Amino acid sequence: MFKKSLISLALLAASSAAIADVSLLNVSYDPTRELYQDVNKAFAEKWKKETGETVTIKASHGGSGKQARSVIDGLEADVVTLALAQDINEISEKGGLLPANWQARLPNNSTPYYSTIVFLVKKGNPKGIKDWGDLIKPGVQVITPNPKTSGGARWNYLAAWGWALQKNKGDQNKAKAYVAELFKHVPVLDSGARGATTTFVEKGVGDVLIAWENEALLSLKELEPGKFEIVAPSESILAEPPVAVVDKNVAKHNTKKQAEAYLKFLYTPQGQEIIAQNYYRPRDTAVSAKYAKQFPKVNLFTLSEFFGDWPKANKAHFADGGTFDQIYLPR
Amino acid sequence: MSTSQRVLPGFRLSLGYSVLYLSLIVLIPLSAIFFKTSLMKWDDFWSLVLSPRALASYKVTFGSSLIAALINCFFGLIVAWALSRYQFLGKRFFDALVDLPFALPTAVAGITLSTLYSANGWVGQYLEPHGIKVAYTPLGIVVALTFIGLPFVVRTLQPVLEDLESEVEEAAACLGASRWQTFAKVIFPAILPALLTGFTLSFARAIGEYGSVIFIAGNMPMISEITPLLIVAKLEQYDYSGATALALVMLVISFALLFAINGLQWWTSRRGQR
Repeated sequence: MFKKSLISLALLAASSAAIADVSLLNVSYDPTRELYQDVNKAFAEKWKKETGETVTIKASHGGSGKQARSVIDGLEADVVTLALAQDINEISEKGGLLPANWQARLPNNSTPYYSTIVFLVKKGNPKGIKDWGDLIKPGVQVITPNPKTSGGARWNYLAAWGWALQKNKGDQNKAKAYVAELFKHVPVLDSGARGATTTFVEKGVGDVLIAWENEALLSLKELEPGKFEIVAPSESILAEPPVAVVDKNVAKHNTKKQAEAYLKFLYTPQGQEIIAQNYYRPRDTAVSAKYAKQFPKVNLFTLSEFFGDWPKANKAHFADGGTFDQIYLPR
Repeated sequence: MSTSQRVLPGFRLSLGYSVLYLSLIVLIPLSAIFFKTSLMKWDDFWSLVLSPRALASYKVTFGSSLIAALINCFFGLIVAWALSRYQFLGKRFFDALVDLPFALPTAVAGITLSTLYSANGWVGQYLEPHGIKVAYTPLGIVVALTFIGLPFVVRTLQPVLEDLESEVEEAAACLGASRWQTFAKVIFPAILPALLTGFTLSFARAIGEYGSVIFIAGNMPMISEITPLLIVAKLEQYDYSGATALALVMLVISFALLFAINGLQWWTSRRGQR
């Protein structure tokens, strides 16, 4: 028994050495699982054709913040593709694994794809939800994860806040009152985005799920066809999940060339096409036009328009004592 | 008695091994918690661990763990009683079933329980019309903690109940004791120490539980938010020292409680011997 497993181990080692010349580790967040399966396959084929070298890409998925902490604590990621720029900032700051200007190294602030926040409602939209304002109508229950534990939920929160700011001509107090009211309509605060999707889709709790557009499109297609529909609000946030090469780790693994090519591949027409097929919005205008029908029309505002940058947004809204904590302050 | 007079060999070696092993596996990780927390300023520490949300979360965590452990003591005793005293069809099957909460990933337990008890779930649809909401309320937390704690009570009581000699009961019966008197005055005192052990284990397990609770609790701040979730929230903000501060508080409270219960157990077993 022992001997047999030894032999198979040796065989495995030999075979993987023969196949894999280089291997890359992509540390990503939860909803990109399907996307990177496709990207990795396509990139490996392309790289083999161009250089003759076989590259194997392993992907690790989990909550964005948790993934960033693993990288800081020593998970040797060659590239990170996370939900928030802030998470990569922390890898740069706390881990010292890449320079602070990482976001300037690739086009579009190092975000090869973007998405936004939309609503998922039950088929026929029984509660008549059309825009953010409808979420606080009496009797409407809203499902969104906890921004304290979920990176994605921070985009939801900021999208709601940004809409309210625009509606009230920049009045921060009114925006806060709206978001506070919104969270009074939230019966369950799941700890992550996938958990919130399960609560809404599988358990039938709540009337509307605030979700990433790519997650919502994916649930429409994969979970229970014909049971749900997407409602696009008038205004929403431009959610930009960034990517970066982790300098210290690629230097150690001698994989800088491959890692950079891998991320650049995301910007190529082929990469952009795969991105669109996985329901993320592509940056490439040609690909974007081709898949335009797939994505509902939403006016998008950026994080920097209303919140400055991530460190500022975090401090004002999600740090201890920030606006999110104030909503749940004991009265 | 000096150690060299022991019948069995290897005392020094095994003691050395035990100390090393416990240090590596338990003491060093736990002291890291103290160390990380010591990097915090004293005032920050107190204002964090005594903040209203933290206090509410201790109440939820320790309160529901206590309730769950008590429920488990009562029903665990009945289960252990039935399994060790009677023969019935499918006994082995039910016996094996008791261990299931040990083996099941707790997240799976949490998801399954919340599916069952949510408004459109198999059980929830009958409870909800009567105004009993289980999923996404503190009651849901108790349900999850009861589920994961059950085997501890049953498995500690079972061998004790099986070892009880029937002569003792027969003697009691001969002396004119009713069935209830036999249980209350003869059997119960004998199994009390084991029951306390089961209670302690089930309680301790419940305090640290995360996976199953997170899916059924609803996680509303001040209402159904457990301390382990607050710790995760701190980590998510890269506030390592804040997270360890809360962990330290949990550790100290748990240790104090376990110490007290162990003392009680020691006291009852000594009283039982007299």
